[in-house]
Amino acid sequence: MAFPHRPDAPELPDFSMLKRLARDQLIYLLEQQHEVDKLYKVENKPALSSNEQLCFLVRPRIKNMRYIANLVNADKLAGRTRKYKVIFSPQKFYACEMVLEEEGIYGDVSCDEWAFSLLPLDVDLLSMELPEFFRDYFLEGDQRWINTVAQALHLLSTLYGSFPNCYGIGRCAKMSYELWRKLEEEEDGETKGRRPEIGHIFLLDRDVDFVTALCSQVVYEGLVDDTFRIKCGSVDFGPEVTSSDKSLKVLLNAEDKVFNEIRNEHFSNVFGFLSQKARNLQAQYDRRRGMDIKQMKNFVSQELKGLKQEHRLLSLHIGACESIMKKKTKQDFQELIKTEHALLEGFNIRESTSYIEEHIDRQVSPIESLRLMCLLSITENGLIPKDYRSLKTQYLQSYGPDHLLTFSNLRRAGLLTEQAPGDTLTAVESKVSKLVTDKAAGKITDAFSSLAKRSNFRAISKKLNLIPRVDGEYDLKVPRDMAYVFSGAYVPLSCRIVEQVLERRSWQGLDEVVRLLNCSEFAFTDMTKDDKASSESLRLILVVFLGGCTFSEVSALRFLGREKGYRFIFLTTAVTNSARLMEAMSEVKA
Amino acid sequence: MDCYTANWNPLGDSAFYRKYELYSMDWDLKEELRDCLVAAAPYGGPIALLRNPWRKEKTASMRPVLDIYSASGMPLASLLWKSGPVVSLGWSAEEELLCVQEDGAVLVYGLHGDFRRHFSMGNEVLQNRVLDARIFHTEFGSGVAILTGAHRFTLSANVGDLKLRRMPEVPGLQSAPSCWTTLCQDRVAQILLAVGPDLYLLDHAACSAVTPPGLAPGVSSFLQMAVSFTYRHLALFTDTGYIWMGTASLKEKLCEFNCNIRAPPKQMVWCSRPRSKERAVVVAWERRLMVVGDAPESIQFVLDEDSYLVPELDGVRIFSRSTHEFLHEVPVASEEIFKIASMAPGALLLEAQKEYEKESQKADEYLREIQELGQLTQAVQQCIEAAGHEHQPDMQKSLLRAASFGKCFLDRFPPDSFVHMCQDLRVLNAVRDYHIGIPLTYRKYRYKQLTIQVLLDRLVLRRLYPLAIQICEYLRLPEVQGVSRILAHWACYKVQQKDVSDEDVARAINQKLGDTPGVSYSDIAARAYGCGRTELAIKLLEYEPRSGEQVPLLLKMKRSKLALSKAIESGDTDLVFTVLLHLKNELNRGDFFMTLRNQPMALSLYRQFCKHQELETLKDLYNQDDNHQELGSFHIRASYAAEERIEGRVAALQTAADAFYKAKNEFAAKATEDQMRLLRLQRRLEDELGGQFLDLSLHDTATTLILGGHNKRAEQLARDFRIPDKRLWWLKLTALADLEDWEELEKFSKSKKSPIGYLPFVEICMKQHNKYEAKKYASRVGPEQKVKALLLVGDVAQAADVAIEHRNEAELSLVLSHCTGATDGATADKIQRARAQAQKK
Repeated sequence: MAFPHRPDAPELPDFSMLKRLARDQLIYLLEQQHEVDKLYKVENKPALSSNEQLCFLVRPRIKNMRYIANLVNADKLAGRTRKYKVIFSPQKFYACEMVLEEEGIYGDVSCDEWAFSLLPLDVDLLSMELPEFFRDYFLEGDQRWINTVAQALHLLSTLYGSFPNCYGIGRCAKMSYELWRKLEEEEDGETKGRRPEIGHIFLLDRDVDFVTALCSQVVYEGLVDDTFRIKCGSVDFGPEVTSSDKSLKVLLNAEDKVFNEIRNEHFSNVFGFLSQKARNLQAQYDRRRGMDIKQMKNFVSQELKGLKQEHRLLSLHIGACESIMKKKTKQDFQELIKTEHALLEGFNIRESTSYIEEHIDRQVSPIESLRLMCLLSITENGLIPKDYRSLKTQYLQSYGPDHLLTFSNLRRAGLLTEQAPGDTLTAVESKVSKLVTDKAAGKITDAFSSLAKRSNFRAISKKLNLIPRVDGEYDLKVPRDMAYVFSGAYVPLSCRIVEQVLERRSWQGLDEVVRLLNCSEFAFTDMTKDDKASSESLRLILVVFLGGCTFSEVSALRFLGREKGYRFIFLTTAVTNSARLMEAMSEVKA
Repeated sequence: MDCYTANWNPLGDSAFYRKYELYSMDWDLKEELRDCLVAAAPYGGPIALLRNPWRKEKTASMRPVLDIYSASGMPLASLLWKSGPVVSLGWSAEEELLCVQEDGAVLVYGLHGDFRRHFSMGNEVLQNRVLDARIFHTEFGSGVAILTGAHRFTLSANVGDLKLRRMPEVPGLQSAPSCWTTLCQDRVAQILLAVGPDLYLLDHAACSAVTPPGLAPGVSSFLQMAVSFTYRHLALFTDTGYIWMGTASLKEKLCEFNCNIRAPPKQMVWCSRPRSKERAVVVAWERRLMVVGDAPESIQFVLDEDSYLVPELDGVRIFSRSTHEFLHEVPVASEEIFKIASMAPGALLLEAQKEYEKESQKADEYLREIQELGQLTQAVQQCIEAAGHEHQPDMQKSLLRAASFGKCFLDRFPPDSFVHMCQDLRVLNAVRDYHIGIPLTYRKYRYKQLTIQVLLDRLVLRRLYPLAIQICEYLRLPEVQGVSRILAHWACYKVQQKDVSDEDVARAINQKLGDTPGVSYSDIAARAYGCGRTELAIKLLEYEPRSGEQVPLLLKMKRSKLALSKAIESGDTDLVFTVLLHLKNELNRGDFFMTLRNQPMALSLYRQFCKHQELETLKDLYNQDDNHQELGSFHIRASYAAEERIEGRVAALQTAADAFYKAKNEFAAKATEDQMRLLRLQRRLEDELGGQFLDLSLHDTATTLILGGHNKRAEQLARDFRIPDKRLWWLKLTALADLEDWEELEKFSKSKKSPIGYLPFVEICMKQHNKYEAKKYASRVGPEQKVKALLLVGDVAQAADVAIEHRNEAELSLVLSHCTGATDGATADKIQRARAQAQKK
């Protein structure tokens, strides 16, 4: 069952323009060289190409620079001279050039930039494909990507008109927003007078809502991501799915008619839907019988291809479902979900703790165990000292002592913390808030302020009514609210915030929530007063997730859009899920 | 009208020359021009005079004085010459005054007598002294050519990018050449010199003798030579009184003229214009001026005063103590219109318009005449063009009026040319004004290098900011090109006013400039810094809205810490990084770290860099901050990444543990110590048992031991490392099941009461598909999980019994959901009955 959009839902802007722009620029960059002979992946091993020119297309990371330096220096030793060109995407960093210089090859390479920052993964989903954003910013306190975000927003506003209403929450959101405004001011006049296509923009830091990202996903697209890992909008279905002996790379987006109808569905509905679909398909095939020649000709020339295509997709998704079912039942998925829900609702904490302990003892999965520990910590405002120590000890015994560093990272990011005795906490808190109110300090980022940050999840949950009261069974076939993406147990916090702010058109009345989120300084609204924006564009909303968003959040907001007649567009630094978050925090030697 | 052509002088059949006054000079000179070194810039540029240049006395009153005047004689600057003796003066294309001294040094002054810079023409020149020097203009810029006392030439084709070139020697040259000039052919500067009857051409490779074709015989010496403005033509004046005119390549002769005067002329310059009908040379003697072309007769003027000729693109300017005149060939359009009895359409149109103003019907007759010939368009164009060439606004107006009158009778005459002409003339008349003194002709303004941008630059150079701004506004130039550029120049000038306080200057500038787009406050600040006003520069930078722009200058001014905070404010990490590296080199390590400490964003950025490039620095950073926690993590990382040997790794861990203790992180310290013990143990195990133990987790170590059959060791390990019972049971259970050692498993299960219950036993046996073993344990599972266990082993009936016994609704439905098909039909019924019963009660 697909939800039809309200008939008055606004049209989505055409994002293929972004692709065209990027493509043309890359072609231009490459044409300055000679023709491209072969593509290699940048890995730490010698390039086998015997060409006279090498062109590297890389992210601006120091690691990549070292790789290039090694390669060039190896060539030098071997006495061969080649031309080298490094194309940085989306931009060049001074630090990278520094490394090239320190390695003594700055003069040997020429550098270029490919400003490809926005990849349209789908009609309503733009990704910057910067998974490193999360670790760099939220763990290392490195702000280099903020500029990239601001550039991306600038590009969007030049292409699709300025955004009349802006909201945001989070430190990074605020910085990106301010930087972007600066860019707009510098290039005044270009976007002026254009009718805005997108009415609202909402910027959101990932650390405002870690909880949602840490939950197991049960909406089909999210589940596929959790199980098979969707990369750049496509997924590798292994032999167990394709029911043949080779894997298949499948593009997952709105083009895939079958997928488009089930992507936002709760998993429990998917099978039913797919079998219904299969029956319909069969019926359409069956129409062949009793056709005369002319009808048959029509059928073959017009419908058959579509049916076959649909048939292929259908069998793929059924295969995927089966495979998911197999995997999930093996690990007591029900039990896991139950524990998660208990954590979200805040009851039976002891039981959940021992479940997690058992999870660790049985070495089920290092990433999963870690995720559960974080979820426990965040929902409970940190672990009580005894649990904090014992869980960590257990974890180290199970998965190796090098995770000591992982724990230090998680602590720094505020994902896994220890409950401090009440009074010292408030002391630290007041100190931090003082620091933050001080204007100079407000501008600087202090990645460590999260040390003393309390998640206050329980209080927020109560305030925003995140745990819906259910009378009887929650009917997942006919969702009532966004909670359906978590089986009716929990409304994603991030989506709820977006909903509330849009309803109020400001943060008014949400002061308490904002305070509880530790974002008093970083919640902002900015509206242009002129009424140029047509009512249509006002219902087109761009939500920017800084640090990644999950498919569940996307599904939830798509649902909200259908309910309220909005259309949401998503811009994320990368699509993420709980496993990716945890991996970003892990510090296990390679 | 009648006398309008009175000052027209015919030369030959085709061309007329006219001379008219531009200004009467305002300069009130005491000396004669001949007593001064004179230089006038082309394109109506300024005039420089160096008085008393040849006096050697050191008395102050007798020192040479350098005066700079506008073309109308308004004084712009005056300064006492205190440097060495000057041989030659000249203006560069940028209107900078180049003063060539006897010792080969060239001093560069601005329009207002401000010293800019100096450069030397090389050692050879210094030794041999400068005999003569010329400043010349090519399309690349302005060059200097020097004749030294050793009769050698040195030249630089562009003083902006000084490259000295010593020209080859002229064989047998014993005395100075009688005359010489610079040529420019095929983009190469050359020198043409005359020695006695011979001409030599010097380029940077060779010296070649040349002869002008068709030169009248009997020449024993050349007295003067002149090259045209565009370097296309050359004129030679011989001691026989002949003037030879030809191409500069000396390949072609244009004509030769005998002027019957053997006295060397004072000056000889070309007077022609692009596409002129006649090419003519103007020759000046003390009291006589002669215009000579390809015609038997020449035009002669009498000079009342000592005069000086300035060749221009389309004529010659002649100035003396009292007047400034312009001599040029009458342009075609003017000639057509004003020639006596001209029947050209333009002339008729002008006449028609005049009659029209007199309300005479003749106007109609004239008009008809033009229209009948179908020449009205041409007539209008002629009038417009001629207006451009007129100097007097009155005449410009009447021509334009005629054009506009004629336009009325035309259907579709494009208005552009008329509008542009009106605009251009307004601009030109404004700058020709006496007070401004830039006598530009229309042709110079429109057709050659001098665009409106250059004209604006010249006005700015003369500090005529208001006029420049008015022109921009009049022409509606975009702000970035026009007004804001001029304001920026004004501000740069303003910061040089040293007598005004920093605050006042900054405020004045900000008031005028405000937020004008395209004005870069950082550029102005850079200028202020250039003048040594650092404080002012910092104040000005405050107005710069883009903090990124402030940083480079702040760094230059050594305000690195301010630069750092500005860079951070800009949000541009690259900029921050640039400043950081700058700081790193500038400060000592301790100060550098202290600075970082106050800037967390910079600190984290630098840490990122160090993590990849300078691990040692990273350690120092943590040490400096007493950040023992991070220091501990650092050493842990080192123990995994850097160290290969066990001893090294243990040592690194020990350091880490110490750091953790210092950080009061007991937990981490203990964990690290445990790891050290484990590492040592694993090493021992590898030595004793073989196999792979290193780097396994504690859990995996124990599992490996059990799998290898070393149960005793495993238990010892569990005791040593205090593995909790629950974990040990899970671990053993899993390992034994993996080994399928059912006997040992059973023994183990009976060793004591299981801390994890017996359901896991059932589960694991089922996982290994051993129903038989599983059933053994199912009976031992506690009552709460019994149903689950029984269902797991597939004993639905018994599960139902237990559930009924428990009277547990949830368990009942669970069993019911496991009832499949006919086999369990009876059980299902049983449950339904039990349910019904329960409900009854």
